[in-house]
Parts: sequence; C-alpha cells; structure tokens
Amino acid sequence: MTDRIKDLFDAYAAGRVSRRDLMRGAARLGITAASANFLLGSSAIEAMAADYDWQAQKGTAIKLLLDKHPYADAMIADIENFKKLTGIEVTYDVFPEDVYFDKVTAALSSKSDQYDAFMTGAYMTWTYGPAGWVVDLNEYIKDPKKTNPNFAWDDVLPGLRSSTAWNGVPGGALGSADAKQWCIPWGYELNNLAYNRKMFDKAKVSVPKNLSELSATAAKLTKDLGGPYGIGVRGSRSWATIHPGFLSGYSNFGEKDFTVGPGGKLKAAMNSAGSKAFHKQWVQMIQESGPKNWSTYTWYQVGTDLGAGASAMIFDADILGYFENGGDNKEKGNLGYAPFAANPAAKAPTPNVWIWSLAMSSFSRKKDAAWKFMQWATSLEHDLFGARKMDFVNPVRASVWKDEVFRDRIAKSYPGYLEQHDVSAPGAKIYFTAQPLFFDVTTQWAETLQKMVAKEVPVDEGLDQLAASIDKQMREAGLG
Amino acid sequence: MTSQPIDDSVRVVHRRPVEWLPYLLSLPALLVCIGILIPFVTALYYSTLRFRLNLPALKGFIWFGNYTNLLYDPEFWNTVSISLRYTAISVGVELVLGLIVALLLQRRTRINNMISVLLLLPLMTAPAIAALMWKLMTNPSFGILSYLVSLAGVSDFRWASSPSSALFTVVLVDVWVYTPFIMVLLLAGLRSLPQQPFEAAALDGVPRLFVFFRITLPMLSPYIITASLFRLLDAIQQFDIVYAMTQGGPGNTLLVFQVRAYLEFYQYTNVGKSAALLVVLWAITYLLSNIFIKNWLRLRERSHASA
Repeated sequence: MTDRIKDLFDAYAAGRVSRRDLMRGAARLGITAASANFLLGSSAIEAMAADYDWQAQKGTAIKLLLDKHPYADAMIADIENFKKLTGIEVTYDVFPEDVYFDKVTAALSSKSDQYDAFMTGAYMTWTYGPAGWVVDLNEYIKDPKKTNPNFAWDDVLPGLRSSTAWNGVPGGALGSADAKQWCIPWGYELNNLAYNRKMFDKAKVSVPKNLSELSATAAKLTKDLGGPYGIGVRGSRSWATIHPGFLSGYSNFGEKDFTVGPGGKLKAAMNSAGSKAFHKQWVQMIQESGPKNWSTYTWYQVGTDLGAGASAMIFDADILGYFENGGDNKEKGNLGYAPFAANPAAKAPTPNVWIWSLAMSSFSRKKDAAWKFMQWATSLEHDLFGARKMDFVNPVRASVWKDEVFRDRIAKSYPGYLEQHDVSAPGAKIYFTAQPLFFDVTTQWAETLQKMVAKEVPVDEGLDQLAASIDKQMREAGLG
Repeated sequence: MTSQPIDDSVRVVHRRPVEWLPYLLSLPALLVCIGILIPFVTALYYSTLRFRLNLPALKGFIWFGNYTNLLYDPEFWNTVSISLRYTAISVGVELVLGLIVALLLQRRTRINNMISVLLLLPLMTAPAIAALMWKLMTNPSFGILSYLVSLAGVSDFRWASSPSSALFTVVLVDVWVYTPFIMVLLLAGLRSLPQQPFEAAALDGVPRLFVFFRITLPMLSPYIITASLFRLLDAIQQFDIVYAMTQGGPGNTLLVFQVRAYLEFYQYTNVGKSAALLVVLWAITYLLSNIFIKNWLRLRERSHASA
C-alpha cells in the first residue's frame, strides 16, 4: 500500500474526509471496491487504536453468550478485526431465542464464570441487576483509564442510554443521576406500522393515523382482501405480547402500568378509565381483524405472516418489517413503513423500545478483556460496519443514523423506513415502570388480554381483577 | 501336620474381597441415591424460603408460608385441576386406544409385525418437535387439519388458541405421541398370556365379549396397571407439549404444574414458590404411584394364588 492510499483511508477513518471524497480519491488511485473495504477496516482499527492501549489484555481468552440474531451475525463477521486489534481470543455460544434467556438465567443464577459478556434486553437487567449478576458499567465508562477516549458514549441515542440505566429502586426513573448502567445498547427496535402496499392499494385504504383508524382499516382489509387478515400483533402468554405495539399505543394515550405512591409504593394502574377504553378498542381490533390463533402469536408468527402475505399490516417492531421486506419472502419489496401515534390528540408517536444490549457478568474473571470487547462491539466503527454492510438495524448511535451510505441503502430498498424512525426516535424509550416483578406483571397482563379476546371475561372486570392481583403480589414482595 | 499354615493363609486371602464386595457393588446405587436425594432435599429447603433471586434482601425462612399461599391461591387450584384432568383424559384415551390396537395386532403375522413397528414412530419423535408439527397442522390459516375439519363442515375451529378446545388439542398430541407406548406394552402382555384358558373357552363356545371381559382383561391387568403407572407419572409432569403449543394459555387454561413451576423459576426467578409447586407435584405423584403399586401387588398376589 502506498503512503498516499494509506493517508487517504486514515483521513476518512479520522473523519477528515467525507465518504464521497474517499470514493473519488480511491477511484483516482485505481482501488477496487473489495480492496477499499479491506483498507477501510484496517484504517478503522488503526483509528480505534489511537490513544488507547487495546493490547493490554493480549493473550486473554473471553467467552460470550449470544442470541441467534442479525446483530450477533454482524459481530461474528467482524470479529477477526477485534482479535487483531486486541490480541484477545473470543469464543462464543449461540442459542436460539426460545431458550436463550433460560440459558442466561441458568448461567448467572449458578454464579458460573463460564461467560464474560452476554446479550441481554434492558428488562432482563431489572432482574439481573438487583440480583448482583451484572456489573454496573459506569465503573468502566466513567474511568478514562479503562475506556477508549474515542468511545463517544454520548453518541448513543439518549433514550437508549437512559433506558438501560436504573438505580434499582422499584419505580425509580430510568436514567436517573444515581442510576447504574447495567448494559450497553447494541441495536434496538421501536414499534410502528409496517404494511403491505399492494394490499393497501387493492383495498383502496390509506395508512391509519390513530387507533380508531387502525381498527377500521384492519377490519376493511380483512373484509375486502378475502384471505389475509388485517392486523398482526403478538398474543402469546408472555411478557413479549405487552411490550411492542400494545404498550406503544397504550403509552401514547398517557396510560401507565403503575402509579408510584407515597414511600415509593407501586400501585397497578391498568384499571383506570383510560386504560379500560384503550383495552376495549385493542381487544375488539384483534377479535375482528387479528389472526385466528392470535393467542399463540410471538414476534416470529407476526413477522412471517406479513412476509408471506397472510397479513396486511403489523403494529410491531420496525425491524420485523425491515427483515420481511427482503430475503426469500413472498412479499419482498412490497412493504412500506409508517410512524404511528395511537392517540389522535398525541403530537408524535411514543414507541416503547426493545434494546438488544451487551452486559458483563459479575462472575467473569476477565472483566477488563470483556470490557474491551464490549467497547469494540458497540463502537462507532463496528456500528458503521454493521449498518452499511450487514443487517444491523436499528443502530444505536446518532452518528450512524446520519451516515449517508447507510441512509442511501435503507432509502433505496425500504421506503418510509428512515422517516418512520426519524419521526419516532425522539419519543422512543422504555415506557414500563422499572421494578423487579416486571415479568410476573406483564405475563399476567398478557394472560388477561387472552381471556378478554376469548370473551372469557369482560374488559372492565378483567382489568379490575388484574390490578387487584398485581397489587397483592406487590404487597407480598414488599413493593406495594 | 504341614497343611495347617497354608489353610490359614488361604482363608485370609479370601476373606478380604468378601467383606468389601457388597459395599463395592452397592456403591453405584448409593451414588445414584445421593444424586437424587441432594436435589430433593435442596428443593424441600428452598420451598421453605421466601426466595426471589431478584429480591435478595427479602430472602428468609417462612417455613410453610409458600404452601399456605398456594392453598389460598385460586390459580394453584386451577393448576391442580388442569393437571389432573389432562392426566386422566390423556392416559384414559391412550389406554383404550392402545388396548384396541394391541388386540388388533395380537396375532403374529408379517403385516401385524410391520404395522406394530410403524406405529412406534411417533414415540421416537421428541414431544416438543411433535408439538411444533401439530402446531403447524392445526394452524387455522394453513394447517392441514384445519382444512380437513373445514371439509367436515366445522369452520373457524381454533384448536389450541381457543380456551374451549385447547385441552382437547394438547391431549390429541399427547395421544398421538404416547398411545404406541401403551400399545407396545399391552401387545407384549397379550402375546405372553397362557393359551389354555382361551383354548378352553373356544372349545366351550364362550362368546368373544365374555372371553375379553372375564379372561383377557383380568389376566392383562398387571400390564395395564404398569403401562398406566408409567404414563400417569409422565402425564402429570407434562411440560414440552403444553409449553411448545400454548405456553400455558390461552389465559390460564393449560397452566399445568411443570409449566407453572418453570415460569416461576426462569421468568419470575421465584425460587421458593417454584420449589413449593414441585414438592406438591412430587407429593401427588407419590400418592398416585402408591395407589397404583398397591393395586398391582394385590393383583399379582391374586394371580399367584389362583395359579
């Protein structure tokens, strides 16, 4: 490599040259696209290596616990660069999502030092944190000796940084000044509409703007399309039914799961008048226009039905619509995306978020090496690599969302995706109340929803029973 | 006498292995017992604690608090009820079907032998995989069974996703997987029955129904009880089929013991409650096993006495 070529790529990695100028310069120097990618990777490593001793744990081996996910795939595709940068050996176990969190719970509750770092969601840290299973990463982020000066923690979207930090006090605000940073956001999803444009054209309907319109549009699609159902939402007896579209819509009406009373006592708020009205609309929408076997629907069925043309739209994770618009899916290229505010009076969407994050096990014996890995995997350089070259959506860094290569790629193949994100991102955060009984509460909430949809219990009565049951559990746990 | 010292040495050489051998031989059994007893005693201990992994400050002895909480919890009684109903219906249906198939295949012919081997195939399928297969087949949108049911004039049958048909659906999967188990045990029993009573009945022209109820069934009872016991122990601890198909739903329709205990531990990290549920399940299983074993012993004594 000549000095001129190296200087050009180093200047780009350091942010002194734009992507367009880099490409022009590379073309002038006669560099092919493949060579350019290689040089870009090398320059990124060198840029990262500046002012920080990445090699301090050279020769150490760490082990990761990963969920089978495009984020993990992107990381594995780039892992050689990490090894080259640090001299740290990395091994990993990958588990399918159905059993992934059981494996994490088993590993951590047994205080095993088998895994040094692992993938997690923010909700899970409300269990892992108080149990003492994960490290408060502020110890590292705030220590300039341990953290790369170019790590740019502030570049991570603020809603995601705060959503992954909690002080451990039930009902305590996420991201408060005394909050512990239980994990580092890695990739995230917010909840909006993804719809089949061909089906919408066929049924001559426009994209709904609020919950009433959503319900009416879904009913019309179900009636007019003669096969596909109108709206796909999750319905299994699990916490995962509550957190996507359901809670995003619920929060948009200003409804809450709990109110925090005097002395920090939590009181269930699902039986408020507003909540009951929202539940009635939601339940009716599923009864009229949801999948027939809705009560068994996880994210997988919601997504595959959209991709296979079995449903006309979904109110779920935006990345689900993203992935269903590619690959070998029948409806590839037919999907569109739109931001969604359920409340007609709301100014903007308030999507609840799911954040795939990286956490460090308290039982790890190689914490410094694990932190090196976590910094690298959540770095701007790796985020850019994933966003440009792999399906690493949605990236968590603001600067990646401004990257023109990433934006061009998404805009070309996923019409409306960037817009739905940009409109929703300011209001995107976790809308649940942070408390240790999160999974008890949300699973029971999903169970009650199932009973309402199956007409086993009227909505008002079901929500009163749910609130009473949750209040009892809170009291038993000393939280209510 | 020169032989005396030699005899002594021989006696000494033989005595040592004889002393240690019984202990050595029983060592594996002892190790297995320890392997069973340690988790059992640990579960008993945990069941006396208020112990949530995510609320370590609340950990403490509450003695029988977890059990009394269960007794006053309507959800617990729903779990007891659904577990017993699931067990009774699935084992009952499997027993009847298994017996019918075994009677049909009793005669040793090439075709019967081939069919009996083919019928074992569902038993070789992991129950969780079988549940996923059936989940696809019963999908109301594209499942083959939904299509067949619609041909029979039943539209909008929602299988495991409706509270009214969820139990039926999971029992159906259980029956598909485990009927061959009952069949193979009863077939072995039928083929090993002494032939004289049947030959005598045939000579006397006794009706076949009478032979079945008065000769076949009583002689087959030990086999029926053994097969039922095995299936009963398995069915009351059902997890994979129910969890893979419905996760215990819709609502709380299929929240059987194991699914509930699993959720309590892995999702809610409530170790104390999960352990208490499993101890109650163990007690029920122990009780049912005792009843069956006592009956089995009584029948065996009766058959020995009549012989």
